[in-house]
Amino acid sequence: MKIGVGLPNTTPAGAPLTTEWSRRAETGPFSTVAVLDRLVYDSVDPLIALTAAAAVTERVGLATMVAIGPLRNSALLAKQAASIDAIAAGRLTLGLAVGARLDDYEIAGVEHGDRGRRLAEQLAFLRTGWGNAGIGPAPARPGGPRLLVGGASGRAFARMARYADGYAHGGGPPRAFAGAAARARAAWSACGRPGEPELWGQAYFALGDEDVGAAYLRHYYAFAGPFAEKVASANLTSERAIRNLIGAYEDEGCDQLILLPTVSDPEQLDRLAAIVA
Amino acid sequence: MRLTVIGAGPAGLYFAILMKRADQRHEVTVFERNAPDATFGWGVVFSEETLESLREADLRSYMDITEALAHWNTIDVHYRSELIRSRGHSFSGISRKLLLRILQDRAVELGVKSRFATEVTDADTFADADLVVAADGCNSMVRARYSRELGSRVTECGSKFAWFGTDLALDTFTFVFRDTEYGMFRVHAFPSDGRTSTFIVECDTTTWRNAGLDCMTERESMALCEQLFADVLAGHRLLANRSRWRSFARVSNDSWHRGNVVLLGDAAHTAHFSIGSGTKLAMEDAIALVGALDRQHDLERALVDFEMERQPVVERFQAAADESASYFERVASYAGFTPLQFAFNLLTRSGRISYTKLAVRDPQFARSLDSWFSTTARGGSADERLHIAPPPMFAPLNCGPLSFGNRIVLCPIHDEEGLDGAPTDHDARRLIDAARSGASLVLAAPVAVSAAGRITSRSLTIGGDRQARAWAQIVESVHDARAFIGIRLSHAGCRGATSPRSRGVDLPLAAGGWPLLSASPIPYTSISRVPKEMNASDREGVVRDFALAAERAASAGFDVVELDFAHGYLIGSFLSPLTNARGDEYGGPLENRLRFPLEVLDAVRAVLPRDRLIAVRMQATDWARNGLSTDDAVAIARALAEHGCEVHHVAAGQTVADDKPDFGRTYLTAVSDLIRSRAGVTTLVGGFITTYDEVNTIVGSGRADLCLMNMGPRPSGSVPVQASMDRHRVASVSFPSTAGVG
Repeated sequence: MKIGVGLPNTTPAGAPLTTEWSRRAETGPFSTVAVLDRLVYDSVDPLIALTAAAAVTERVGLATMVAIGPLRNSALLAKQAASIDAIAAGRLTLGLAVGARLDDYEIAGVEHGDRGRRLAEQLAFLRTGWGNAGIGPAPARPGGPRLLVGGASGRAFARMARYADGYAHGGGPPRAFAGAAARARAAWSACGRPGEPELWGQAYFALGDEDVGAAYLRHYYAFAGPFAEKVASANLTSERAIRNLIGAYEDEGCDQLILLPTVSDPEQLDRLAAIVA
Repeated sequence: MRLTVIGAGPAGLYFAILMKRADQRHEVTVFERNAPDATFGWGVVFSEETLESLREADLRSYMDITEALAHWNTIDVHYRSELIRSRGHSFSGISRKLLLRILQDRAVELGVKSRFATEVTDADTFADADLVVAADGCNSMVRARYSRELGSRVTECGSKFAWFGTDLALDTFTFVFRDTEYGMFRVHAFPSDGRTSTFIVECDTTTWRNAGLDCMTERESMALCEQLFADVLAGHRLLANRSRWRSFARVSNDSWHRGNVVLLGDAAHTAHFSIGSGTKLAMEDAIALVGALDRQHDLERALVDFEMERQPVVERFQAAADESASYFERVASYAGFTPLQFAFNLLTRSGRISYTKLAVRDPQFARSLDSWFSTTARGGSADERLHIAPPPMFAPLNCGPLSFGNRIVLCPIHDEEGLDGAPTDHDARRLIDAARSGASLVLAAPVAVSAAGRITSRSLTIGGDRQARAWAQIVESVHDARAFIGIRLSHAGCRGATSPRSRGVDLPLAAGGWPLLSASPIPYTSISRVPKEMNASDREGVVRDFALAAERAASAGFDVVELDFAHGYLIGSFLSPLTNARGDEYGGPLENRLRFPLEVLDAVRAVLPRDRLIAVRMQATDWARNGLSTDDAVAIARALAEHGCEVHHVAAGQTVADDKPDFGRTYLTAVSDLIRSRAGVTTLVGGFITTYDEVNTIVGSGRADLCLMNMGPRPSGSVPVQASMDRHRVASVSFPSTAGVG
C-alpha cells in the first residue's frame, strides 16, 4: 500500500504553504499529494493547488481526493486536467464525485437534483474526450489521466466500474472501507472489467495541536450536523492511531491511503514522515 | 450530574443503576407512565456475550438475573408435521417481569428516585437537567418531538403479529410453520421462566384478514390461535397481556442525541423480534452510554462517543433483523423444501449463522444436512443415505444431460488482447487453470454470435474456422482437466461497438464502429449511438446467428451453451419494458416481450445435440423503476424452462445504464433464491461469492444450485504465506487467477 499526504488546501491559511508543503512531500516517504474540494469555503481550488504542486515537484503523484465533478464544465475540466497532466508528465489522478453540499451547487448555478447523471456524463466525456474531442494537450498516458470515482450509493459504484480506474473512499473506520472495497470489486466484476479496481482510502490526522485540528474539522463539517463531531473525534492524533489505521487499511486491500492534514503547519508533514518512513 | 430518565424499561433502569453505581453523587430520577408492576411482554433472550457484559457492568444485578435465568440450547422447527432439531445454540432468557423487578429493586437500593404513573411527553420540561435519557420505547414521545433533527425513520413491516404467553414450559426455541385454510401462520416461541413461555404468532396481512383476525377481540383471537396450535400447546393455554395484533415498527435515527437529550434502546432503534435482540441491545446501550460519560467530560463529546460505539453494532443487528423479517415474509415460497433443508434455510436466514458456524455449533446437524444433500443430489433414496458425505459444495448435480462433480463454476475475465475474436494463449491458459483448480464448470464469456454482435472491437467470437479450431483445443484441455466447459453466446445489441474494457465499459468506438440493433431505438448511455429497431429480417438474421453459433460451439465440443438474455444486451432488450417500446407483437405485454427470446431459445434447442446443456443468463430484476417486476421475472424463468432451458443463470441490473444496483458480498443470492423457489428451476448464481462457506450456505439452503465464484484476483500459483518483519499479518492463501463475471 502506498501512502500519500494531503495538501493544506482546505485548512486555515493553507494557501501560502502549498509549494513548501509539496516540496517537503516530494522528498518524503509519500507517493502522492492530494487535495479536497469545496466551493463555498475558505479553500484553494483543487486543480490550482495541484498545478502549484506540479511546478515544484517531479516525482510525487498529484490527486484530487475528490473534486466535485458536476460543478465543473466537462470540457474545461478535461482541458485543465490534461494540462496539469502534461505539465506533470502523467502524474495526475483525477478523483471525482458528486460531493455532499447543496450550497456549492446553488452558488455554481448547477442543478443539484441530477448531479449523479451529470457526473456519469462527465466521466463518459472525459474517457472519450481526451482521445476523441481533440482537447489537448495530448495526455501523457493513452486515454488520459487515471480516473477515480467516489460515493457510497450503488449508482456511485456502478459509475466507478463503468468509467473509472478505481474507487476513492470517503474515509471512516477500516470496517467501512472493507465494505466499500467489496462493493467496488463486485461492481467491477459485474461490468466484466479485467483486473481489479484501484482502491484509495483517506483519513485525517493531527500530530500535535490536536485541538486546532478538531476545531477545523468541526468547522469544515459544520454543514453535516452531528456528523461533524464524529469526524473530529476520529481524527488520528497519535503515532499508534496512525500505524493502526495504516495496518488495518492495508489488510483490507487498500492500494493508496491519503492522510489529510487538519493543521496548517509543515511540521505536521515532517512528523507524519517520521512515522510513515 | 442531574439526570432525568424517561421510561423505566430495561434500558432506562439499567442506565440509572449504572450511573448511580459509578458515582453516588449523581442525582438520577426515572419517570414511568405505568405502575411498577404493570409490565408487558413475556420473555427476553440474552446471548452469552451480553451476560458477560452485564456481569462486568454490575455484578449484583447480574447475580440476581442469572439466578432467574432459563438456559436452553436447542432450536426446534415444526414444519409439515415433522420436527427438525438443532442443538448447540446456547440461549438464556428471563421473564421480562422478573427482570424489571430485579432492576427496580437494584435501582431503589442505589438511591435512584422513581416516579411511576407519571407521563412525560416533553423533554423540555427538564431543560435544567444535565442529561435527559429518553428510554421511552419504540413509540418514544421524545423522539417524535425531535424527529426532524434526529433524522428519525419509522417503517412498518408487512406482517401482523401478536405477542402471547403460554403456561406451557418450553425448553427450546420453537418455530412452528402451519399451513391453514387461511394461509400460513408462524410461531416464534421460547422459554420465559421455568413455568411460562413466550408465544408470538405471526402471519401475512392476507392470512390475517382471511382468518378474520382483523375483527376479533383479544379473547377471540387467542382462542383461534389456541385451536390452530393445539398440538404444539399440548393441552396448555395461551395467556394474553395486551396481546393485540399489530405490525412491527422498525425504528432508526441518523443521530441519537440532540443537545442534552439522548435516545436509548427501542427509542433509538428496533430490530425485528425474530432475532430476539431488543432488550439485549437496550441494556448494552446503557452500558456504553455510562462508559462514554465516564470517559468524556464534555457532554457533546460523550454522546458522540456513545453513538460511534453503538451505531455500527446496532446497524449490523438491524441488517440481520431485516433479512430475518424478510425471510418470514416470503417463507411460503419455500413450501416445497424438505424439512431438513427448510430448517437449514431458516437457521441461516439472517446471515449471522453460516454453514461453517452451524457445523461448529451442531456438527450432527451439519452431518445430517451433508448426508441428505449428497444422497439426494446423487438421486439416492433415504435408505441409501451416505454416512460420510462431503459438504454441499462438493455434492454432485445432475442437470439435463450433465452430471457436475461439484457446485463451483469459474468464469475467467477475458482481457481482450486478441484482435480477431479467437481466444489467445492467455485466454486458453486461464480457462484451463480454472478447470485444473477443481471447478466443475468453466465458462468462456462473453462470446459474440457474430461480428455485428460484438461488445467491443476485441470481443471473442466463434465465427470463423480459426476461432473454432482455437476453441476446440481449449475444450479438449478443459476436458483433460475433468471439467465441463460452457460458452456464453451473446449479442451486444445497443451496448455494442465499444472500446476494449480495460478503460471502461460502454465507451463507443470513435472509429471503426458498426451498426447497432435493439428492440427499440433507445441509446444505452448519453454518449451511446442510437440502435436500429429490429425488423423481421433482422430478427431472422439474429436467430440464425445464434443457431449457427450454437452449432459451432457444439462441434467445438462445448458441453454447455449459455444464452445471454440479460444486462441490456440484444435479447434482454426485448424482455424489459424499459428497453422494449415496440407496438407490434414483440412488444407490450410480457407474452409478446418473450416472443423473440423464445424464438432464439427454440432455434438453439433445435440444433443443439441432446447431450449438451442449455443455460440462459436471465434478468431477475432491472434495479430500475418501471423495470421487470418480480412476477415478470418468475414468469420468464418458467417460460424459459418450458422451452428447454436447463440452468437459469440469474443476473440483475444493467438493463439501463442509470440503474440502482445494490452491490456487496453475495449480492445476487436473494434474486436467485426468488427465481429458484418461485419458478422451481435450477439456478446458477454469481454476485461476488468469494468463500466456500458462502457456497455451502447458499447451495445447502437451496438458494441456488451452482455458484460462480470470484476467486483471488492476483495471479499466484503457489501458497504464499505473507510474512512481514515489522507488522503482524494473517497468513493468506491465494487462488489461481480467475475471477467471475456475475
